[in-house]
Amino acid sequence: MELYFETAASLHSMLKNKKITAKELTEAVISRIDATENEIGAYLTVTKENALENAKKTDEKIAKGEEIGFLEGLPGGIKDNICTKGVKTTCASKILENFVPPYNATVVEKLLGVNYSLMGKLNMDEFAMGGSTENSAYKLTKNPWDKERVPGGSSGGAAASVAAGSAVWSLGSDTGGSIRQPASFCGVVGLKPTYGRVSRYGLVAYASSLDQIGPVTRDVTDAANIMNIIAGNDAMDSTSSKKAVPDYTKSLVKDVKGLKIGCPKEYFADGMDKEVENAVRAAIASYKDMGAEIVDISLPHTKYAISSYYLIAPAEAATNLQRYDGVSYGARVDGEDIVSLMTNTRTAKFGAEVKRRIMIGNYALSAGYYDAYYLKALKVRTLIQQDFTEAFKSVDVIMTPTAPTAAFKIGEMEDPLKLYLQDIYTVPINLAGVPGISVPCGFTQNNLPIGLQIIGRPLDEETIIRAAYAYEQENNWKDKRVGGEN
Amino acid sequence: MKVTEEDILHIAALSRLKIAKEEEKNYQEELDKIISYMDILEGVDTENVPPTTYALPMENVFREDEPKDSLDRELALSNAPEVEDGYFKVPRVLEES
Repeated sequence: MELYFETAASLHSMLKNKKITAKELTEAVISRIDATENEIGAYLTVTKENALENAKKTDEKIAKGEEIGFLEGLPGGIKDNICTKGVKTTCASKILENFVPPYNATVVEKLLGVNYSLMGKLNMDEFAMGGSTENSAYKLTKNPWDKERVPGGSSGGAAASVAAGSAVWSLGSDTGGSIRQPASFCGVVGLKPTYGRVSRYGLVAYASSLDQIGPVTRDVTDAANIMNIIAGNDAMDSTSSKKAVPDYTKSLVKDVKGLKIGCPKEYFADGMDKEVENAVRAAIASYKDMGAEIVDISLPHTKYAISSYYLIAPAEAATNLQRYDGVSYGARVDGEDIVSLMTNTRTAKFGAEVKRRIMIGNYALSAGYYDAYYLKALKVRTLIQQDFTEAFKSVDVIMTPTAPTAAFKIGEMEDPLKLYLQDIYTVPINLAGVPGISVPCGFTQNNLPIGLQIIGRPLDEETIIRAAYAYEQENNWKDKRVGGEN
Repeated sequence: MKVTEEDILHIAALSRLKIAKEEEKNYQEELDKIISYMDILEGVDTENVPPTTYALPMENVFREDEPKDSLDRELALSNAPEVEDGYFKVPRVLEES
Protein backbone atom coordinates (compact mmCIF):
# COMPACT_ATOMS: atom_id res chain seq x y z
CA MET A 1 0.00 0.00 0.00
CA GLU A 2 1.16 3.55 -0.72
CA LEU A 3 2.69 5.21 2.35
CA TYR A 4 0.14 8.02 2.30
CA PHE A 5 -2.66 5.46 2.70
CA GLU A 6 -1.23 3.68 5.74
CA THR A 7 -2.80 4.13 9.16
CA ALA A 8 -1.07 6.32 11.73
CA ALA A 9 -0.35 3.27 13.91
CA SER A 10 1.37 1.36 11.13
CA LEU A 11 3.36 4.45 10.04
CA HIS A 12 4.39 5.00 13.64
CA SER A 13 5.82 1.50 13.88
CA MET A 14 7.50 1.80 10.48
CA LEU A 15 9.22 4.95 11.75
CA LYS A 16 10.27 3.30 14.99
CA ASN A 17 11.61 0.25 13.16
CA LYS A 18 13.46 2.51 10.73
CA LYS A 19 11.64 1.03 7.74
CA ILE A 20 10.89 4.58 6.58
CA THR A 21 12.00 8.06 7.57
CA ALA A 22 9.67 10.88 8.55
CA LYS A 23 11.12 12.84 5.64
CA GLU A 24 10.08 10.15 3.14
CA LEU A 25 6.60 10.00 4.61
CA THR A 26 6.15 13.77 4.73
CA GLU A 27 7.34 14.11 1.16
CA ALA A 28 4.96 11.36 0.10
CA VAL A 29 2.04 13.19 1.72
CA ILE A 30 3.13 16.50 0.17
CA SER A 31 3.30 14.91 -3.30
CA ARG A 32 -0.11 13.43 -2.68
CA ILE A 33 -1.43 16.89 -1.82
CA ASP A 34 0.15 18.27 -4.99
CA ALA A 35 -1.45 15.49 -7.02
CA THR A 36 -4.95 15.60 -5.51
CA GLU A 37 -5.61 19.03 -4.04
CA ASN A 38 -6.74 20.66 -7.30
CA GLU A 39 -9.48 18.10 -7.57
CA ILE A 40 -10.31 17.42 -3.90
CA GLY A 41 -9.80 20.84 -2.30
CA ALA A 42 -9.51 19.62 1.29
CA TYR A 43 -7.13 22.32 2.52
CA LEU A 44 -7.48 26.05 3.05
CA THR A 45 -3.85 26.45 4.16
CA VAL A 46 -1.01 23.99 3.57
CA THR A 47 1.95 24.26 5.97
CA LYS A 48 4.60 22.26 4.07
CA GLU A 49 7.58 23.90 5.77
CA ASN A 50 6.16 23.12 9.17
CA ALA A 51 5.64 19.44 8.32
CA LEU A 52 9.12 19.11 6.80
CA GLU A 53 10.69 20.78 9.82
CA ASN A 54 8.84 18.34 12.10
CA ALA A 55 10.04 15.43 9.93
CA LYS A 56 13.63 16.57 10.28
CA LYS A 57 13.39 16.75 14.08
CA THR A 58 11.67 13.38 14.22
CA ASP A 59 14.34 11.72 12.09
CA GLU A 60 17.06 13.23 14.28
CA LYS A 61 15.40 11.83 17.38
CA ILE A 62 15.08 8.38 15.83
CA ALA A 63 18.72 8.48 14.71
CA LYS A 64 19.76 9.27 18.29
CA GLY A 65 17.74 6.30 19.49
CA GLU A 66 15.18 8.45 21.35
CA GLU A 67 11.56 7.37 21.80
CA ILE A 68 9.00 9.09 19.59
CA GLY A 69 5.37 9.80 20.40
CA PHE A 70 2.44 8.39 18.43
CA LEU A 71 1.93 11.41 16.17
CA GLU A 72 5.54 12.50 15.69
CA GLY A 73 6.41 12.74 12.03
CA LEU A 74 2.86 11.91 10.87
CA PRO A 75 1.45 14.90 8.91
CA GLY A 76 -2.09 15.70 10.02
CA GLY A 77 -4.64 18.40 9.29
CA ILE A 78 -6.75 20.53 11.59
CA LYS A 79 -10.18 21.93 10.79
CA ASP A 80 -9.98 25.64 10.17
CA ASN A 81 -12.12 26.57 13.18
CA ILE A 82 -9.50 25.37 15.69
CA CYS A 83 -7.04 28.12 16.61
CA THR A 84 -3.43 27.57 15.60
CA LYS A 85 -1.10 30.31 16.81
CA GLY A 86 0.57 32.05 13.88
CA VAL A 87 -1.35 29.99 11.28
CA LYS A 88 -4.42 31.55 9.67
CA THR A 89 -7.72 30.27 11.06
CA THR A 90 -10.60 31.44 8.87
CA CYS A 91 -13.57 29.22 9.75
CA ALA A 92 -13.99 29.21 5.96
CA SER A 93 -15.52 32.68 6.36
CA LYS A 94 -14.69 35.97 4.66
CA ILE A 95 -15.15 37.68 8.00
CA LEU A 96 -12.02 35.90 9.33
CA GLU A 97 -10.13 35.94 6.02
CA ASN A 98 -6.93 37.31 7.54
CA PHE A 99 -7.34 36.13 11.13
CA VAL A 100 -4.10 34.80 12.61
CA PRO A 101 -4.78 33.55 16.14
CA PRO A 102 -2.48 34.96 18.82
CA TYR A 103 -2.91 31.74 20.85
CA ASN A 104 -3.40 28.01 20.44
CA ALA A 105 -6.51 26.00 21.17
CA THR A 106 -5.94 23.64 24.11
CA VAL A 107 -6.05 20.62 21.77
CA VAL A 108 -3.30 22.22 19.69
CA GLU A 109 -1.21 22.84 22.83
CA LYS A 110 -1.67 19.18 23.72
CA LEU A 111 -0.64 18.12 20.22
CA LEU A 112 2.41 20.39 20.39
CA GLY A 113 3.29 18.72 23.66
CA VAL A 114 3.68 15.44 21.76
CA ASN A 115 5.51 17.08 18.80
CA TYR A 116 2.73 16.67 16.26
CA SER A 117 3.22 17.54 12.62
CA LEU A 118 0.82 20.12 11.19
CA MET A 119 0.21 19.63 7.47
CA GLY A 120 -2.37 22.39 7.21
CA LYS A 121 -5.83 23.76 7.94
CA LEU A 122 -8.86 22.06 6.50
CA ASN A 123 -11.91 23.28 4.62
CA MET A 124 -15.35 23.26 6.25
CA ASP A 125 -18.79 24.81 6.03
CA GLU A 126 -18.53 28.44 7.11
CA PHE A 127 -18.50 28.51 10.93
CA ALA A 128 -19.28 24.76 10.86
CA MET A 129 -22.83 25.43 9.65
CA GLY A 130 -23.76 22.84 7.08
CA GLY A 131 -23.55 19.21 6.15
CA SER A 132 -21.76 19.30 2.79
CA THR A 133 -18.85 21.80 3.00
CA GLU A 134 -20.62 23.67 0.18
CA ASN A 135 -21.01 26.62 2.55
CA SER A 136 -17.27 27.35 2.60
CA ALA A 137 -16.64 30.91 1.43
CA TYR A 138 -13.48 29.74 -0.34
CA LYS A 139 -13.89 26.47 -2.18
CA LEU A 140 -15.78 23.26 -2.69
CA THR A 141 -14.33 20.07 -1.27
CA LYS A 142 -15.08 16.99 -3.36
CA ASN A 143 -15.71 13.50 -2.09
CA PRO A 144 -12.60 11.44 -2.96
CA TRP A 145 -14.81 8.42 -3.78
CA ASP A 146 -16.85 10.35 -6.35
CA LYS A 147 -15.84 13.86 -7.24
CA GLU A 148 -19.36 14.85 -8.25
CA ARG A 149 -20.42 14.33 -4.66
CA VAL A 150 -19.95 16.23 -1.42
CA PRO A 151 -17.62 14.95 1.31
CA GLY A 152 -20.26 15.75 3.91
CA GLY A 153 -19.83 18.46 6.48
CA SER A 154 -19.11 20.52 8.23
CA SER A 155 -15.71 18.78 8.71
CA GLY A 156 -15.59 17.94 4.97
CA GLY A 157 -11.90 18.77 4.58
CA ALA A 158 -11.01 16.70 7.65
CA ALA A 159 -12.73 13.59 6.24
CA ALA A 160 -11.75 14.10 2.58
CA SER A 161 -8.05 14.60 3.39
CA VAL A 162 -7.84 11.39 5.42
CA ALA A 163 -9.73 9.44 2.73
CA ALA A 164 -7.69 10.92 -0.14
CA GLY A 165 -4.31 10.31 1.50
CA SER A 166 -3.49 14.00 1.81
CA ALA A 167 -3.39 13.82 5.64
CA VAL A 168 -2.59 10.82 7.85
CA TRP A 169 -5.13 11.95 10.45
CA SER A 170 -7.16 15.05 11.21
CA LEU A 171 -9.17 16.85 13.85
CA GLY A 172 -12.71 18.00 13.20
CA SER A 173 -15.49 19.45 15.29
CA ASP A 174 -19.01 18.11 15.74
CA THR A 175 -22.03 20.20 16.77
CA GLY A 176 -24.80 18.18 15.10
CA GLY A 177 -22.92 15.45 13.23
CA SER A 178 -20.08 17.40 11.66
CA ILE A 179 -17.42 14.75 12.39
CA ARG A 180 -19.53 11.60 12.04
CA GLN A 181 -21.47 12.39 8.85
CA PRO A 182 -18.42 13.37 6.72
CA ALA A 183 -16.55 10.34 8.13
CA SER A 184 -19.47 8.22 6.96
CA PHE A 185 -19.54 9.88 3.50
CA CYS A 186 -15.77 9.49 3.04
CA GLY A 187 -15.33 5.95 4.42
CA VAL A 188 -13.21 6.87 7.46
CA VAL A 189 -13.62 6.76 11.24
CA GLY A 190 -14.96 9.84 13.05
CA LEU A 191 -15.44 10.13 16.80
CA LYS A 192 -17.48 12.76 18.62
CA PRO A 193 -16.53 12.59 22.28
CA THR A 194 -18.92 13.17 25.16
CA TYR A 195 -19.66 16.86 25.68
CA GLY A 196 -16.92 18.01 28.05
CA ARG A 197 -14.42 15.21 27.33
CA VAL A 198 -12.23 17.41 25.09
CA SER A 199 -11.57 21.08 25.83
CA ARG A 200 -13.33 23.57 23.56
CA TYR A 201 -10.91 26.38 24.39
CA GLY A 202 -9.74 27.83 21.09
CA LEU A 203 -12.46 26.13 19.06
CA VAL A 204 -14.29 29.01 17.40
CA ALA A 205 -17.72 28.83 18.99
CA TYR A 206 -20.77 27.88 16.93
CA ALA A 207 -23.20 26.38 19.48
CA SER A 208 -21.36 26.19 22.77
CA SER A 209 -23.61 23.66 24.50
CA LEU A 210 -23.19 21.18 21.64
CA ASP A 211 -19.70 21.68 20.13
CA GLN A 212 -16.99 19.04 20.61
CA ILE A 213 -13.62 18.43 18.94
CA GLY A 214 -12.73 14.89 17.87
CA PRO A 215 -10.47 12.80 15.63
CA VAL A 216 -11.01 11.68 12.02
CA THR A 217 -8.82 8.69 11.18
CA ARG A 218 -8.35 5.63 8.95
CA ASP A 219 -9.16 3.19 11.71
CA VAL A 220 -10.36 2.87 15.29
CA THR A 221 -6.84 2.29 16.67
CA ASP A 222 -5.76 5.71 15.39
CA ALA A 223 -8.86 7.33 16.89
CA ALA A 224 -8.13 5.79 20.31
CA ASN A 225 -4.52 6.96 20.21
CA ILE A 226 -5.51 10.53 19.33
CA MET A 227 -8.18 10.56 22.04
CA ASN A 228 -5.42 9.71 24.53
CA ILE A 229 -3.68 12.93 23.49
CA ILE A 230 -6.58 15.39 23.27
CA ALA A 231 -8.99 14.34 26.04
CA GLY A 232 -9.01 15.81 29.52
CA ASN A 233 -9.98 18.58 31.87
CA ASP A 234 -8.86 22.11 31.07
CA ALA A 235 -8.88 25.14 33.33
CA MET A 236 -9.65 27.26 30.25
CA ASP A 237 -12.93 25.39 29.59
CA SER A 238 -15.12 25.26 32.65
CA THR A 239 -17.48 22.83 30.89
CA SER A 240 -14.72 20.24 30.52
CA SER A 241 -15.12 17.11 32.63
CA LYS A 242 -12.92 16.42 35.63
CA LYS A 243 -13.29 12.67 35.26
CA ALA A 244 -9.93 10.96 34.76
CA VAL A 245 -9.07 10.03 31.18
CA PRO A 246 -8.60 6.29 30.69
CA ASP A 247 -6.08 4.79 28.28
CA TYR A 248 -8.35 4.33 25.27
CA THR A 249 -5.95 1.92 23.58
CA LYS A 250 -6.85 -0.59 26.32
CA SER A 251 -10.29 -0.73 24.69
CA LEU A 252 -8.84 -2.01 21.43
CA VAL A 253 -10.00 -5.51 22.23
CA LYS A 254 -11.87 -7.77 19.87
CA ASP A 255 -14.48 -8.93 22.31
CA VAL A 256 -18.15 -8.00 22.33
CA LYS A 257 -19.49 -11.14 23.99
CA GLY A 258 -22.50 -10.23 26.07
CA LEU A 259 -22.47 -6.60 24.89
CA LYS A 260 -26.03 -5.32 24.76
CA ILE A 261 -26.73 -3.38 21.58
CA GLY A 262 -29.87 -1.28 21.28
CA CYS A 263 -31.55 -0.71 17.91
CA PRO A 264 -33.95 2.23 18.14
CA LYS A 265 -37.06 1.57 16.08
CA GLU A 266 -37.54 5.29 15.37
CA TYR A 267 -34.25 5.37 13.44
CA PHE A 268 -35.04 2.41 11.24
CA ALA A 269 -38.08 4.13 9.81
CA ASP A 270 -39.04 6.19 6.77
CA GLY A 271 -36.44 8.07 4.82
CA MET A 272 -33.57 5.65 5.20
CA ASP A 273 -31.96 4.56 1.95
CA LYS A 274 -32.37 0.83 1.31
CA GLU A 275 -28.68 0.20 0.69
CA VAL A 276 -27.79 2.04 3.90
CA GLU A 277 -30.36 0.05 5.84
CA ASN A 278 -29.09 -3.28 4.48
CA ALA A 279 -25.47 -2.44 5.29
CA VAL A 280 -26.30 -1.33 8.83
CA ARG A 281 -28.53 -4.33 9.50
CA ALA A 282 -25.77 -6.63 8.22
CA ALA A 283 -23.29 -4.91 10.56
CA ILE A 284 -25.61 -5.42 13.51
CA ALA A 285 -26.07 -9.08 12.52
CA SER A 286 -22.30 -9.43 12.48
CA TYR A 287 -22.24 -8.30 16.14
CA LYS A 288 -24.76 -11.01 16.93
CA ASP A 289 -22.43 -13.56 15.35
CA MET A 290 -19.65 -12.24 17.58
CA GLY A 291 -21.74 -12.92 20.67
CA ALA A 292 -23.42 -9.60 21.32
CA GLU A 293 -27.07 -9.34 22.24
CA ILE A 294 -29.36 -7.23 20.06
CA VAL A 295 -32.22 -5.45 21.83
CA ASP A 296 -35.05 -3.47 20.23
CA ILE A 297 -35.41 -0.13 21.97
CA SER A 298 -37.37 3.06 21.60
CA LEU A 299 -36.17 6.68 21.65
CA PRO A 300 -39.67 8.17 21.45
CA HIS A 301 -38.74 11.85 21.06
CA THR A 302 -36.48 11.30 18.03
CA LYS A 303 -38.87 13.02 15.64
CA TYR A 304 -38.55 16.28 17.57
CA ALA A 305 -34.76 16.33 17.52
CA ILE A 306 -34.32 18.31 14.30
CA SER A 307 -36.69 21.04 15.49
CA SER A 308 -35.07 21.22 18.89
CA TYR A 309 -31.57 21.30 17.42
CA TYR A 310 -32.32 23.84 14.70
CA LEU A 311 -33.68 26.24 17.32
CA ILE A 312 -31.01 25.73 19.99
CA ALA A 313 -27.96 25.71 17.71
CA PRO A 314 -28.96 28.86 15.74
CA ALA A 315 -29.91 30.65 18.99
CA GLU A 316 -26.46 29.96 20.42
CA ALA A 317 -24.88 30.84 17.08
CA ALA A 318 -26.72 34.16 16.89
CA THR A 319 -25.28 35.01 20.30
CA ASN A 320 -21.77 33.69 19.64
CA LEU A 321 -21.47 35.41 16.28
CA GLN A 322 -22.33 38.82 17.71
CA ARG A 323 -18.59 39.19 18.30
CA TYR A 324 -17.98 39.69 14.57
CA ASP A 325 -18.55 43.41 14.56
CA GLY A 326 -15.58 44.74 12.60
CA VAL A 327 -13.94 46.19 15.71
CA SER A 328 -11.45 43.99 17.53
CA TYR A 329 -10.60 41.41 14.89
CA GLY A 330 -11.79 40.14 11.54
CA ALA A 331 -12.86 42.04 8.48
CA ARG A 332 -14.34 45.55 8.57
CA VAL A 333 -16.50 47.33 6.04
CA ASP A 334 -16.68 51.02 6.91
CA GLY A 335 -19.86 52.89 7.68
CA GLU A 336 -20.80 56.39 8.67
CA ASP A 337 -21.36 55.42 12.29
CA ILE A 338 -20.62 52.43 14.50
CA VAL A 339 -23.94 50.66 13.87
CA SER A 340 -23.68 50.96 10.11
CA LEU A 341 -20.04 49.82 10.29
CA MET A 342 -21.16 46.67 12.09
CA THR A 343 -24.13 46.10 9.80
CA ASN A 344 -22.07 46.66 6.65
CA THR A 345 -19.33 44.34 7.86
CA ARG A 346 -21.68 41.50 8.76
CA THR A 347 -23.85 41.90 5.67
CA ALA A 348 -20.87 41.82 3.31
CA LYS A 349 -18.78 39.15 5.05
CA PHE A 350 -21.14 36.46 6.34
CA GLY A 351 -22.37 33.85 3.87
CA ALA A 352 -26.01 32.96 3.23
CA GLU A 353 -26.30 30.00 5.61
CA VAL A 354 -24.62 31.85 8.48
CA LYS A 355 -27.04 34.75 8.01
CA ARG A 356 -29.97 32.33 7.84
CA ARG A 357 -29.00 30.71 11.15
CA ILE A 358 -28.39 34.05 12.85
CA MET A 359 -31.86 35.12 11.72
CA ILE A 360 -33.51 31.88 12.91
CA GLY A 361 -31.66 32.16 16.21
CA ASN A 362 -32.59 35.74 16.86
CA TYR A 363 -36.18 35.00 15.88
CA ALA A 364 -36.33 32.16 18.43
CA LEU A 365 -34.75 34.37 21.09
CA SER A 366 -36.74 37.53 20.45
CA ALA A 367 -39.46 38.89 22.68
CA GLY A 368 -42.75 37.16 22.03
CA TYR A 369 -41.22 34.02 20.55
CA TYR A 370 -38.73 33.04 23.27
CA ASP A 371 -41.10 30.78 25.23
CA ALA A 372 -42.73 29.21 22.18
CA TYR A 373 -39.48 28.37 20.44
CA TYR A 374 -36.23 28.63 22.38
CA LEU A 375 -37.49 27.60 25.82
CA LYS A 376 -39.69 24.91 24.30
CA ALA A 377 -36.68 23.53 22.39
CA LEU A 378 -34.67 23.36 25.64
CA LYS A 379 -37.46 21.42 27.34
CA VAL A 380 -37.71 19.01 24.43
CA ARG A 381 -33.95 18.63 24.70
CA THR A 382 -34.48 17.33 28.24
CA LEU A 383 -36.94 14.73 26.93
CA ILE A 384 -34.51 13.62 24.21
CA GLN A 385 -31.77 13.29 26.80
CA GLN A 386 -34.09 11.27 29.06
CA ASP A 387 -34.79 8.91 26.13
CA PHE A 388 -31.08 8.06 26.09
CA THR A 389 -30.78 7.77 29.87
CA GLU A 390 -33.72 5.37 29.86
CA ALA A 391 -32.33 3.32 26.94
CA PHE A 392 -28.89 3.00 28.55
CA LYS A 393 -30.49 1.32 31.57
CA SER A 394 -30.97 -1.77 29.40
CA VAL A 395 -28.26 -1.54 26.72
CA ASP A 396 -24.53 -0.74 26.62
CA VAL A 397 -24.45 0.92 23.21
CA ILE A 398 -26.96 2.03 20.58
CA MET A 399 -26.40 1.38 16.88
CA THR A 400 -27.88 3.32 13.97
CA PRO A 401 -26.83 4.47 10.53
CA THR A 402 -24.72 7.64 10.70
CA ALA A 403 -26.67 9.29 7.86
CA PRO A 404 -29.88 8.33 6.02
CA THR A 405 -28.06 8.14 2.66
CA ALA A 406 -24.56 7.85 1.24
CA ALA A 407 -22.90 11.04 -0.06
CA PHE A 408 -25.24 13.18 -2.14
CA LYS A 409 -24.37 15.18 -5.25
CA ILE A 410 -22.92 18.66 -5.16
CA GLY A 411 -25.83 21.10 -5.54
CA GLU A 412 -28.43 18.42 -4.75
CA MET A 413 -29.52 19.88 -1.39
CA GLU A 414 -30.42 23.44 -2.29
CA ASP A 415 -33.39 23.59 0.05
CA PRO A 416 -32.01 24.38 3.54
CA LEU A 417 -34.75 22.47 5.38
CA LYS A 418 -34.12 19.36 3.27
CA LEU A 419 -30.46 19.49 4.28
CA TYR A 420 -31.35 19.98 7.96
CA LEU A 421 -33.51 16.85 7.87
CA GLN A 422 -30.46 14.83 6.78
CA ASP A 423 -29.07 15.29 10.30
CA ILE A 424 -31.78 13.20 11.92
CA TYR A 425 -29.47 10.41 13.18
CA THR A 426 -26.68 12.64 14.45
CA VAL A 427 -28.24 15.69 16.18
CA PRO A 428 -29.94 13.75 19.02
CA ILE A 429 -26.49 12.59 20.15
CA ASN A 430 -25.27 16.18 20.53
CA LEU A 431 -28.48 17.24 22.27
CA ALA A 432 -28.00 14.38 24.75
CA GLY A 433 -24.27 15.12 25.05
CA VAL A 434 -23.31 11.45 24.66
CA PRO A 435 -20.39 10.11 22.60
CA GLY A 436 -20.75 8.65 19.11
CA ILE A 437 -18.44 7.11 16.55
CA SER A 438 -18.95 6.45 12.84
CA VAL A 439 -17.16 3.44 11.36
CA PRO A 440 -17.28 2.24 7.74
CA CYS A 441 -19.73 -0.64 7.30
CA GLY A 442 -19.93 -1.16 3.57
CA PHE A 443 -20.40 0.45 0.19
CA THR A 444 -23.32 1.16 -2.09
CA GLN A 445 -23.47 -0.32 -5.59
CA ASN A 446 -22.01 2.98 -6.78
CA ASN A 447 -18.98 2.41 -4.54
CA LEU A 448 -19.93 5.07 -1.98
CA PRO A 449 -19.04 4.43 1.67
CA ILE A 450 -21.71 3.79 4.32
CA GLY A 451 -21.21 4.50 8.03
CA LEU A 452 -22.41 2.70 11.16
CA GLN A 453 -22.96 4.98 14.15
CA ILE A 454 -22.27 3.58 17.63
CA ILE A 455 -23.55 5.67 20.53
CA GLY A 456 -22.41 5.26 24.13
CA ARG A 457 -23.18 6.35 27.68
CA PRO A 458 -21.83 9.73 28.81
CA LEU A 459 -18.03 9.57 29.23
CA ASP A 460 -17.97 5.96 28.13
CA GLU A 461 -15.91 6.33 24.96
CA GLU A 462 -14.21 3.08 25.95
CA THR A 463 -17.21 0.90 25.13
CA ILE A 464 -17.91 2.49 21.74
CA ILE A 465 -14.21 2.20 20.86
CA ARG A 466 -14.25 -1.48 21.82
CA ALA A 467 -17.43 -2.13 19.84
CA ALA A 468 -16.13 -0.24 16.81
CA TYR A 469 -12.77 -2.02 16.98
CA ALA A 470 -14.33 -5.49 17.20
CA TYR A 471 -16.42 -4.82 14.10
CA GLU A 472 -13.52 -3.33 12.22
CA GLN A 473 -11.36 -6.39 12.92
CA GLU A 474 -14.12 -8.76 11.88
CA ASN A 475 -14.58 -6.97 8.54
CA ASN A 476 -12.18 -5.42 6.07
CA TRP A 477 -13.91 -2.19 5.10
CA LYS A 478 -11.14 -0.13 6.61
CA ASP A 479 -8.60 -1.66 4.23
CA LYS A 480 -10.37 -0.33 1.19
CA ARG A 481 -8.82 2.83 -0.24
CA VAL A 482 -9.90 5.43 -2.76
CA GLY A 483 -9.01 4.40 -6.31
CA GLY A 484 -8.17 0.78 -5.60
CA GLU A 485 -9.50 -2.54 -4.51
CA ASN A 486 -7.59 -2.48 -1.27
CA MET B 1 -46.38 30.87 13.82
CA LYS B 2 -46.38 32.84 10.60
CA VAL B 3 -43.14 34.70 9.92
CA THR B 4 -44.04 38.03 8.30
CA GLU B 5 -41.94 40.45 6.26
CA GLU B 6 -42.18 42.81 9.21
CA ASP B 7 -40.62 40.12 11.44
CA ILE B 8 -37.81 39.71 8.95
CA LEU B 9 -36.92 43.40 9.04
CA HIS B 10 -37.09 43.47 12.83
CA ILE B 11 -34.89 40.36 13.20
CA ALA B 12 -32.42 41.62 10.58
CA ALA B 13 -32.03 44.86 12.54
CA LEU B 14 -31.46 42.92 15.77
CA SER B 15 -28.92 40.77 13.94
CA ARG B 16 -27.12 43.79 12.46
CA LEU B 17 -27.77 42.49 8.98
CA LYS B 18 -29.15 44.41 6.04
CA ILE B 19 -31.64 42.64 3.82
CA ALA B 20 -31.87 44.01 0.30
CA LYS B 21 -35.40 44.95 -0.82
CA GLU B 22 -35.43 42.18 -3.44
CA GLU B 23 -34.35 39.56 -0.86
CA GLU B 24 -37.08 40.32 1.67
CA LYS B 25 -39.71 38.06 0.21
CA ASN B 26 -37.28 35.22 -0.27
CA TYR B 27 -36.12 35.45 3.33
CA GLN B 28 -39.67 35.63 4.61
CA GLU B 29 -40.75 32.52 2.69
CA GLU B 30 -37.68 30.54 3.63
CA LEU B 31 -37.76 31.37 7.32
CA ASP B 32 -41.49 30.83 7.44
CA LYS B 33 -41.03 27.36 5.99
CA ILE B 34 -38.30 26.50 8.52
CA ILE B 35 -40.12 27.98 11.52
CA SER B 36 -43.37 26.26 10.49
CA TYR B 37 -41.52 22.95 10.60
CA MET B 38 -40.46 23.76 14.19
CA ASP B 39 -44.12 24.10 15.13
CA ILE B 40 -44.30 20.30 15.60
CA LEU B 41 -42.80 21.02 19.03
CA GLU B 42 -46.17 22.48 20.03
CA GLY B 43 -47.50 18.93 20.18
CA VAL B 44 -45.00 17.80 22.84
CA ASP B 45 -46.18 17.80 26.44
CA THR B 46 -43.49 19.67 28.35
CA GLU B 47 -45.54 20.39 31.45
CA ASN B 48 -43.15 20.11 34.43
CA VAL B 49 -40.17 19.40 32.17
CA PRO B 50 -37.17 21.55 33.07
CA PRO B 51 -35.15 23.09 30.24
CA THR B 52 -31.66 21.68 29.56
CA THR B 53 -28.95 24.17 28.77
CA TYR B 54 -26.02 21.79 29.09
CA ALA B 55 -26.25 18.08 28.52
CA LEU B 56 -24.11 16.99 31.43
CA PRO B 57 -24.68 18.08 35.02
CA MET B 58 -22.64 21.26 35.49
CA GLU B 59 -21.53 22.99 38.64
CA ASN B 60 -19.87 26.31 39.20
CA VAL B 61 -16.17 26.04 38.61
CA PHE B 62 -14.07 28.21 40.89
CA ARG B 63 -10.39 28.99 40.87
CA GLU B 64 -8.08 31.11 42.97
CA ASP B 65 -8.05 34.76 41.99
CA GLU B 66 -4.40 34.89 41.06
CA PRO B 67 -2.98 37.34 38.55
CA LYS B 68 -1.39 35.61 35.58
CA ASP B 69 0.25 36.76 32.38
CA SER B 70 -2.19 37.87 29.74
CA LEU B 71 -1.85 38.39 26.03
CA ASP B 72 0.45 41.31 25.38
CA ARG B 73 -1.17 44.37 23.92
CA GLU B 74 0.52 44.26 20.55
CA LEU B 75 -0.55 40.67 19.99
CA ALA B 76 -4.08 41.39 21.20
CA LEU B 77 -4.35 44.21 18.68
CA SER B 78 -2.64 42.31 15.87
CA ASN B 79 -5.89 41.29 14.15
CA ALA B 80 -7.74 44.59 14.59
CA PRO B 81 -8.95 46.34 11.45
CA GLU B 82 -7.90 49.73 12.81
CA VAL B 83 -5.65 50.63 15.73
CA GLU B 84 -4.42 53.91 17.15
CA ASP B 85 -2.10 54.51 20.12
CA GLY B 86 -2.57 50.97 21.38
CA TYR B 87 -6.38 51.05 21.16
CA PHE B 88 -9.04 49.68 18.84
CA LYS B 89 -10.33 52.50 16.67
CA VAL B 90 -13.98 52.94 15.70
CA PRO B 91 -16.01 55.81 14.23
CA ARG B 92 -17.13 58.46 16.71
CA VAL B 93 -19.80 57.06 19.03
CA LEU B 94 -20.70 60.17 21.07
CA GLU B 95 -21.98 63.39 19.56
CA GLU B 96 -19.83 66.48 20.01
CA SER B 97 -21.34 68.75 22.62
